[in-house]
Amino acid sequence: MALAASLGSCVEALLQSRAQANRVWELLEPLAGGQRDAALGAGGACGRLFGALLRRRELRGGRLPAEGSAEHDALSAEQKYKLWMRYRYQDCVGYLAELMHHDAFQVKEMSLCTLMNFVELEAQYPLVEVEWKGTVTFPRELLKVVVDGLLPLHEDASLLISRFQEYMEYDDVRYFVIKAVTESIGQVMQKTKERPLPFYQQNVFSLISPINMPNKESDMVKFMAKQDNWEELKVSKLQAHKQAFEKMWLSFLKHKLPTGLYKKVLVILHDSILPYMNEPTLMMDFLTVAYGIGGAISLLALNGLFILIHQHNLEYPDFYKKLYSLLDPSIYHVKYRARFFHLADLFLSSSHLPAYLVAAFIKRLSRLALTAPPESLLMVIPFICNLFRRHPACKVLVHRPNGPEDMSEDPYIMEEEEPSESRALESSLWEIQSLQNHYHPDVAKAAAILNQSLSETEDDISGLLELSAYELFDKEVKKKAVDVPLEFEQVRGLFGKKNDIFAEHFTLD
Amino acid sequence: SNPFEVKVNRQKFNILGRKTKNDVGLPGVSRSKAIRKRTQTLLKEYKERGKTNVFKDKRFGEYDTKISPEEKMIRRFALERQQNYGKKNIYNLNEDEELTHYGQSLAEIEKLNDIVDSDSDTEEKGTLSAELTAAHFGGGGGLLRKKASSGQQDEEEEKPKSRKELIEEMIAKSKQEKQERQNRRESALELTEKLDNDWKEIHTLIARKPPKSERKDKEVEKPKPDEYDMIVRELGFEMKAKPSERMKTEEELAKEEQARLQKLEADRLRRMRGIDEDANKKKPSHVSADDLADGFILDKDDRRLLSYKDGKINLENEDEEEKDNEEEDGEEGGKEEDESEEESEEESANEDEEDGAADSHSDLESDVESEEEAAGNKERKKHKTNENESHNVKELDPELKAPTSELPYTFAVPESFETFKSLLAGRTIEQQLTILERIQKCNHPSLAVGNKAKLEKLVGFLLEYIGELATLDSPELKAIDKLVLPLYNLCQMFPEAASDSIKFILRDAAHDMEEVIEVKGRATFPGLDTLIYLKITSLLFPTSDFWHPVVTPAFIYMSQLLTKCRITTLQDVIKGLFICCLFLEYVSFSRRFVPELISFLVGVLHISLPKKQGQGYTVVHPFTPAGKNLELLLVCDKQDLESWQKQHLPLSTVTRLKEANRTEINHMRLSCIALCFDLIKKSAVLYESLPSFHEIMRPVRILLTQHVPVNEYPEKLQEWYHSALKELETKEKHYTPLICEKKKPVPLKQYTPKVVKVLEFGRKQAGSKKEQERKQLIQRHKRELKGAIREIRKDNQFLARTQLSEIMERDSARKRKVKELLGSLATQEGEWKAMKRKKGK
Repeated sequence: MALAASLGSCVEALLQSRAQANRVWELLEPLAGGQRDAALGAGGACGRLFGALLRRRELRGGRLPAEGSAEHDALSAEQKYKLWMRYRYQDCVGYLAELMHHDAFQVKEMSLCTLMNFVELEAQYPLVEVEWKGTVTFPRELLKVVVDGLLPLHEDASLLISRFQEYMEYDDVRYFVIKAVTESIGQVMQKTKERPLPFYQQNVFSLISPINMPNKESDMVKFMAKQDNWEELKVSKLQAHKQAFEKMWLSFLKHKLPTGLYKKVLVILHDSILPYMNEPTLMMDFLTVAYGIGGAISLLALNGLFILIHQHNLEYPDFYKKLYSLLDPSIYHVKYRARFFHLADLFLSSSHLPAYLVAAFIKRLSRLALTAPPESLLMVIPFICNLFRRHPACKVLVHRPNGPEDMSEDPYIMEEEEPSESRALESSLWEIQSLQNHYHPDVAKAAAILNQSLSETEDDISGLLELSAYELFDKEVKKKAVDVPLEFEQVRGLFGKKNDIFAEHFTLD
Repeated sequence: SNPFEVKVNRQKFNILGRKTKNDVGLPGVSRSKAIRKRTQTLLKEYKERGKTNVFKDKRFGEYDTKISPEEKMIRRFALERQQNYGKKNIYNLNEDEELTHYGQSLAEIEKLNDIVDSDSDTEEKGTLSAELTAAHFGGGGGLLRKKASSGQQDEEEEKPKSRKELIEEMIAKSKQEKQERQNRRESALELTEKLDNDWKEIHTLIARKPPKSERKDKEVEKPKPDEYDMIVRELGFEMKAKPSERMKTEEELAKEEQARLQKLEADRLRRMRGIDEDANKKKPSHVSADDLADGFILDKDDRRLLSYKDGKINLENEDEEEKDNEEEDGEEGGKEEDESEEESEEESANEDEEDGAADSHSDLESDVESEEEAAGNKERKKHKTNENESHNVKELDPELKAPTSELPYTFAVPESFETFKSLLAGRTIEQQLTILERIQKCNHPSLAVGNKAKLEKLVGFLLEYIGELATLDSPELKAIDKLVLPLYNLCQMFPEAASDSIKFILRDAAHDMEEVIEVKGRATFPGLDTLIYLKITSLLFPTSDFWHPVVTPAFIYMSQLLTKCRITTLQDVIKGLFICCLFLEYVSFSRRFVPELISFLVGVLHISLPKKQGQGYTVVHPFTPAGKNLELLLVCDKQDLESWQKQHLPLSTVTRLKEANRTEINHMRLSCIALCFDLIKKSAVLYESLPSFHEIMRPVRILLTQHVPVNEYPEKLQEWYHSALKELETKEKHYTPLICEKKKPVPLKQYTPKVVKVLEFGRKQAGSKKEQERKQLIQRHKRELKGAIREIRKDNQFLARTQLSEIMERDSARKRKVKELLGSLATQEGEWKAMKRKKGK
């Protein structure tokens, strides 16, 4: 309390008379000291002091000569005072930037808020002299300091970054943050020489992934500092924003990413990155590399690729071959199942695909279905039915009236990577026939549909994509039964059944 | 009526079958009726349109039809009195009205009564009081005496008055005495009644001896029935000898049992296929021509067959049936009741029999008594049957005699799980079983109405108790093993309750798992209790049904367990293998395909291998091709490998892995592998008929042939391995191309006219009943609307007419007045002119 009071009186004195100017050290010392409480109090006090000084324009603007250089002598006392204060301001900013790496979150938050306060004030009462009309008065250096503080190399700063998000709503702040991040990535990643920096990259990602780009130029109305001539400036142009945004992402994705981050980027890519780029095709390299990695990353890259192929005329050789090779047992188990099958449905919806290709897909999907859980089966069986409807030539898979009587081997070659070589069209869908014996009644019923000739209209699978095992369970448990059949074999104990498997391997100890 | 007022709607054609309603009408009459009605209602309203005052009839109950006129009068009078009460009105002359009798105030007489009270008992002594004699017989000396005693000051003028007084006094006194006597009698009656009631209450509480003594007294009065008569009557009621069916031989019994099982089996198969369920339901049952449609079905022969078991008469079910008989008898009442009672209780004493006989006769005498006794009888009987049953229990398992000797014979069904637990706490498992059995028998649903609900609750308690036993630190699986039997019996009695409670448990478990997945992103295997519940499900319900309200959710839950739960410890592996066994057991009959099972077995084999093997197979979800928790089942120790013996895995390890040393753990691992081999073998046998058997088993085969280090395993394990591999490899490969089922040909469109039966002419036939009703409603609405519009129009016309007539009236009045004025003016003018003329003259 005493500290706060003394700091308060100090600020009062400083603002009252210039004679007290040397008391500013009383404020800066605890700030440099780094004690938690002292720093908190001093930070607030400094904020008030320099805020007021900025408003009064009592800090010297323009280029800053080195302290103690000869230029000083030529100045008047007033000028000297302003210049001196400006140096102290500079010190204060430096200390605050250091405090952004403090251990205590409150200190970090305080320094962030104070610095952003300075940014706002500097934008309104610029320290740089306006030389010509097109000069941007936004304090870019100061903002860079903030951004550097937000992106520490070796610790997770997501909490502080989420605190910072409120400032990102200002269009000009966002624009300059994007630029600062681009610069920061350039500087940091240059040094590391292709070694991934998980924390740094994670921080960058959490800073830039929530960026909400405006859709129209007319949406850009919220500025922290509005200059008279702002309409002519780059800041007010959507094109410039997009360009900066694009540059930032490209520089971010240029470097090797940790796997988790890779997935996260791919998840948001199609939704919040591609639409705001001037040249989405620039993402092609990134996406093709990701598509080639295999596994879940490939599945995720599919979405971005689809947009590029669909809207930006990307030509992707052997796309279907690649898609075919993506099918492995895990597709029925992974989290992104719904997304993958939604896209696969889109890719296979073309009626111009050759029959051998579709047949290979059908055969592979049903082969893999032999290890799938019921919720996936309930989705994939109508999916296969839809493929049959779109491509009637494939119906030989379920209906081959004049085929050989008995085969000793399934002609389909599972290991073949080339769909055309897989001999899928010579095979039959025995897998689905096996699934007619599935323990889940709905799956068995769905599989039995293929025994009959299919109806013309396609099934809507969009509702089935997100089906979860728990929903399935819930549905069954809520069904009302008219009567409950009972076991008639008399119980003779827990393991007392005839030929009980448990009795062979377990004991009741 | 007047023929000129009748209007006839002439019909052009006579149509047969058409009812005509409006052929004759009386327009004049109906119009006048309408006008009259309007004048009564509309005109009144119109006239009162500007008035806000209302006339209210405040006479009490004037429009209340519920009150009878007399009562109405009485109430009105009372109301009037109430209003006047306490009003000191100067005009009310009757204010200080005093009722008198012979000029004497009645109030004073009432006061005098107190004095007379003292010698009211004179009458009882048989002597008449002096006053009474004085009043009735002229008084004589008494009066004189009185006069003398009253003293001289009374004098002559008081004499007539005192006599009058005396008589009045006497009358009042006698009246009061009468009333008092009445009061006394009433109170005595009341007391006896109360005593009776109290007695009745106690009567039910204490044993039945006291009523007997009472009845004995009565018996003395009535003549004892002749013994001969009794015998004759009894003979009349005695069952005639009937030819009984011959005893069935053992083979026949076995055959019947087999037939029953076959029927049940056929049922099960039908449900397993799950297709023709609906078809079966809809088939109407055959109705005999002799059926009286009274709902009576002779579905089975109630008569029991005499059968022997181990050389003794098989009496196991007898008691229950007897009990049933008794119940029926109880409804009929009468002698059979007593007889059956006599038969059933060997230990019943002589007096009981007498008692019974007395009962039967007293029935005839007084209805009230018999009713009471009937109630009593029933209650007693219940006790007895319970006792009988518990006796039987004792006899049936003599080895239980010693421990059960302390147990009470009757138990109430516990209302909460806590009481249930406390009931079983501290008992041996045999005692627990006995308790459960007794609870079941004492509260059989046929004994009382609420028993069914109570016992249904018991199912849930028992399940919960089993779960609790399984979650103990050292699970009491032996006890659970025994407790399954009563559970099965209860389940047979209350399938719905059992299925509901198991479904509830499953839903809870699934819900918990879902929550864990949402929070942590991965699930862990549940405790032993859930596994036991799943096992119990397979014991209680048929697992082969195509769809079953309990088994199908259990399937899905188990599938979730195998695909979602992480495998991090040896216990997890054992739990997983337990669920695999469950799956195999569930589908052992129906041979349904469980993909999760095979995938899990592949995964188990995968974690038994050293890392970084060349692959050729893929593992799915809970297992990962690389990463943590691999080599969970890998055993490298040569010594452990050699010393291994196939052992049964104790289930308790699932909750608590004993602090075992490495060797034991290694042995357990090897047992798991052996179990896995066995499961592979069993599933191979199960699925060999599936068309894509080889594709399903391919990863297993690759693992077995290429990766599993057979030669390192001990010999016993190698045996398991080879038997599993043999099952996989001996299967032939058969692939027959699929052919769709032939479509049913679509029937050609035909052009024969559609014939619709016409049931009633003049009515629209088309449409279903609902549609017809709707149309009718619409039509009625239309008609009503038209009628309403017409009425409104007529109302307006009527109003317009009245308004017009008002205006006319007003105008004519004005004209008349104007005329009058003008007339008077003219006369005035005339007079004036006449005067003027006079003046001028």
